[in-house]
Amino acid sequence: MATDTLAPPMALPGVRIKSELMQQRARAARWFLLPMLIALAVVAGWPLLRSIYFSFTDASLNNLYGAEWVGFNNYLRWTTLDSGKTVYRGLLVDPKWWGAVGNTLRFAAYSVTFEAIFGMIVALVLNAEFKGRGIVRAAILIPWAIPTIVSAKMWSWMLNDQFGILNDLGMKLGLLSQKVAWTANADTAMTAVLIVDIWKTTPFMALLILAGLQMIPKDIYEAAEIDGVHPVKQFFRITLPLVRPALMVAIIFRLLDALRIFDLIYVLTPNSDSTKTMSVLARENLFDFDKFAYGSAMSTMLFLIIAVLTILYIWLGKVRFDGGDR
Amino acid sequence: MANIQLRNVRKAFGAVEVIKGIDLNIRSGEFMVFVGPSGCGKSTLLRLVAGLEDITSGELAFDGKVVNGLAPSKRGIAMVFQSYALYPHMTVFDNMAFGLTLEKGTDKDEIRKRVENAAELLQITPYLARLPKQLSGGQRQRVAIGRAIVRDPKVFLFDEPLSNLDAALRVATRIEIAKLHESMHNVTMIYVTHDQVEAMTLADRICVLRDGLVEQVGTPMELYETPDSLFVAGFIGSPKMNFIAGDKAKPFGAHTVGVRGEHLVIKPSDGTWSGTVIHTENLGADSYVYLEMGTEEPVVVRLDGVNNYKSGDVVHISPMDDKIHRFDAAGKPIR
Amino acid sequence: MVGTFDLWKVTKTTLFYLLVIFIVVESVFPFYYAILTSFKTGTDLFRVSYWPDSFSWGNYAAVLNTGSFPRNLLNSVFISATTVLLALFLAITASFALSRVRFRGRGLLLMTILAVSMFPQIAVLAGLFEVIRSLGIYNTPWALIFSYTIFTLPFTVWVLTTFMRDLPIEIEEAAIVDGASPWVIITRVFMPLMWPALVTTGLLAFIGAWNEFLFALTFTSSNDTRTVPVAIALLSGGSSHEIPWGAIMAASVIVTIPLVVLVLIFQRKIVSGLTAGGVKG
Repeated sequence: MATDTLAPPMALPGVRIKSELMQQRARAARWFLLPMLIALAVVAGWPLLRSIYFSFTDASLNNLYGAEWVGFNNYLRWTTLDSGKTVYRGLLVDPKWWGAVGNTLRFAAYSVTFEAIFGMIVALVLNAEFKGRGIVRAAILIPWAIPTIVSAKMWSWMLNDQFGILNDLGMKLGLLSQKVAWTANADTAMTAVLIVDIWKTTPFMALLILAGLQMIPKDIYEAAEIDGVHPVKQFFRITLPLVRPALMVAIIFRLLDALRIFDLIYVLTPNSDSTKTMSVLARENLFDFDKFAYGSAMSTMLFLIIAVLTILYIWLGKVRFDGGDR
Repeated sequence: MANIQLRNVRKAFGAVEVIKGIDLNIRSGEFMVFVGPSGCGKSTLLRLVAGLEDITSGELAFDGKVVNGLAPSKRGIAMVFQSYALYPHMTVFDNMAFGLTLEKGTDKDEIRKRVENAAELLQITPYLARLPKQLSGGQRQRVAIGRAIVRDPKVFLFDEPLSNLDAALRVATRIEIAKLHESMHNVTMIYVTHDQVEAMTLADRICVLRDGLVEQVGTPMELYETPDSLFVAGFIGSPKMNFIAGDKAKPFGAHTVGVRGEHLVIKPSDGTWSGTVIHTENLGADSYVYLEMGTEEPVVVRLDGVNNYKSGDVVHISPMDDKIHRFDAAGKPIR
Repeated sequence: MVGTFDLWKVTKTTLFYLLVIFIVVESVFPFYYAILTSFKTGTDLFRVSYWPDSFSWGNYAAVLNTGSFPRNLLNSVFISATTVLLALFLAITASFALSRVRFRGRGLLLMTILAVSMFPQIAVLAGLFEVIRSLGIYNTPWALIFSYTIFTLPFTVWVLTTFMRDLPIEIEEAAIVDGASPWVIITRVFMPLMWPALVTTGLLAFIGAWNEFLFALTFTSSNDTRTVPVAIALLSGGSSHEIPWGAIMAASVIVTIPLVVLVLIFQRKIVSGLTAGGVKG
């Protein structure tokens, strides 16, 4: 044992030598992240700041650089007339804007609700063992793979008032008494938009929910089966609570997507006030009406609204992005 | 050739200290085994020696030179991992040659020669062109060892290399590693395991770790014969050492008396203690008799050959004279 | 009792398969109907039919031989492919840092990246327009490659980070002991292991870029620089009452078939890629 006797431990003041390896890795991480960070700053961060800035100016399409600071004028301004009456103007009192906000929220609520329900049904079907499951999974991927513009066009042809197959089908089955101008009619335009969006996006929802379902261990169901728990009760007592984390994440992804919807509505129901969403209205002002600053104010508001809703949702729903299983 | 010195080495992950100040001297060419229950910090300690983790405070020296900051590849070490960690997309040859190809100035013929020599030694020459997934678990383990040999290391590190193998293969590979150590007698080896049998059979010296501290360092026989604590006494040896505490230990002037099962003799009458047989196990070459005598765990007596005791028999036992281990209330030995 | 039990079982199975058939038909029918329409010309177009009863390549010939549609196709291919390669190149190194190196603020950075990928694109439209104009790339493919980075890059970083996090740590440590630098680990150890993930991620990003509409509509202004979604949206006849449905459907089928084929070939990988981005996070 004598040879093992060590010299008394040297006094080592709290020096921590960062090793070559850790230094090398830290250095590499910095260089590896830098290009991505620069890219994101240039394509996302800076443009966002500029958009917000423009909303406080009188910029127009042809005069971006000569724009002058006008404060909150685009949002709210008022003039007091000689008669003593005060007139308010700006985004916050613009009925068109609030109409678009309403349309967007209505669209988001309906589409996400139906997609969650239908997605759950499709996911449950795909989670069952049956012959031809592969075909079903392949089939539901088709709507997802079709570009939004293409599906908008396909459906606007199917929903065509004169020659559309849906009117034809509805008449033949006796569901419709007369042909409906689905996309042009103010009462049905939103329904048409919802049909197409739900058709196209339910598969995405179903796949995310399915992934959650497949993480539930099978023996839980076997145990429930032995205990004689009714299948409906099994769904509400076992499946739903266990799939909740996956469902909540899927819903927020969809919700964020629905709140910014643009292309489907732009193509399917152009110029319809009953479906015009925040994004459509904002772009219209930015580039079609030459109200660049006003459009910027709209996009800034939209950003704020979405940010607030998202934070509320994550907070109230206690959503965990790590899937809750680690 | 490298002797390794650890001086008051500590490692903390955030606020949690895992290694709490370890002093250890590993001699050049020695086979040192770190052993301890899971969570004792043995793997972390190995990774500190390898350089895969930063040392929070203290010094690690190879041949007197502090290597705390040195990158793993510059320490002259090679490591065999628990999961083999072979590169799945490379052939056996490429797996073994990868490290050498990264060193500047090693020429191709030299690499080929070194890989082929190592393959020869481990009898994996026929598999050089295969991918890891085409090999059995034992063959993969050899490739992992081969990859380490090719680096011609001064220090060889093993992180529980046998735990993924089945029982038969584990014994065979254990012998293999022992042979390897003999043939590479000037290479220092550090081997981490939770299995005290592996530790006893392979080690020149064993370092028993517990809660981030060294409990005892010594040759297998030193640990077996003169354990420095109740913990080491209980950890080393199979079956576990019997501990008899309280009134039964008082006549020996100790808080706890420890006797190994093989050091207990069954007497027809008039033994030191007596107990009731609750279970017997016949293993052929030897057999175990479990006695209930008011201790925390049943007392085990190991007998040669087959025994005929039945449950319910009352037997008397005595410890062999110089084979008693006495411990005080703090678990320290009284010698 | 046995009889009624069987009947219940049969009913259940029948209902289940009816649901299955409904899901399949409802998913596939619109695309089927688009294909059907694309082969109809003249007055056939305006006669509703459920089965193929007339067949003509006329619409395809019209779309491919007149106007700028072939050019639009090339634009789409070039823009989508370049965007994806760029995003993958930037994302591989970034996701190594995010998944393998411990550093302060990593969680925050990951959340920021997720937030950017969920960004309402309209919120940056005005600012992007200014940047693109001042870079002098307005109405060129580069405007779209540049702007598409806003959604392809965060997405690829996020998915590759989850994939890379699942690679065994011991393989990386073995490479470190072998003397591999982070760059060598990425290029010679991880990339060969990750190619399926790279293909999946690349494919998903490609589909995203291929389908993008808002930026493509805003940052291009002439027929020759447009991508196919914009071209299809703006395909029109003489007046609003003369929408060339046959040609639109032919163009739609042309841009959709490659996607559907790719998706069906890679369906397992795509499902795992989608869920890696979503559920596992």
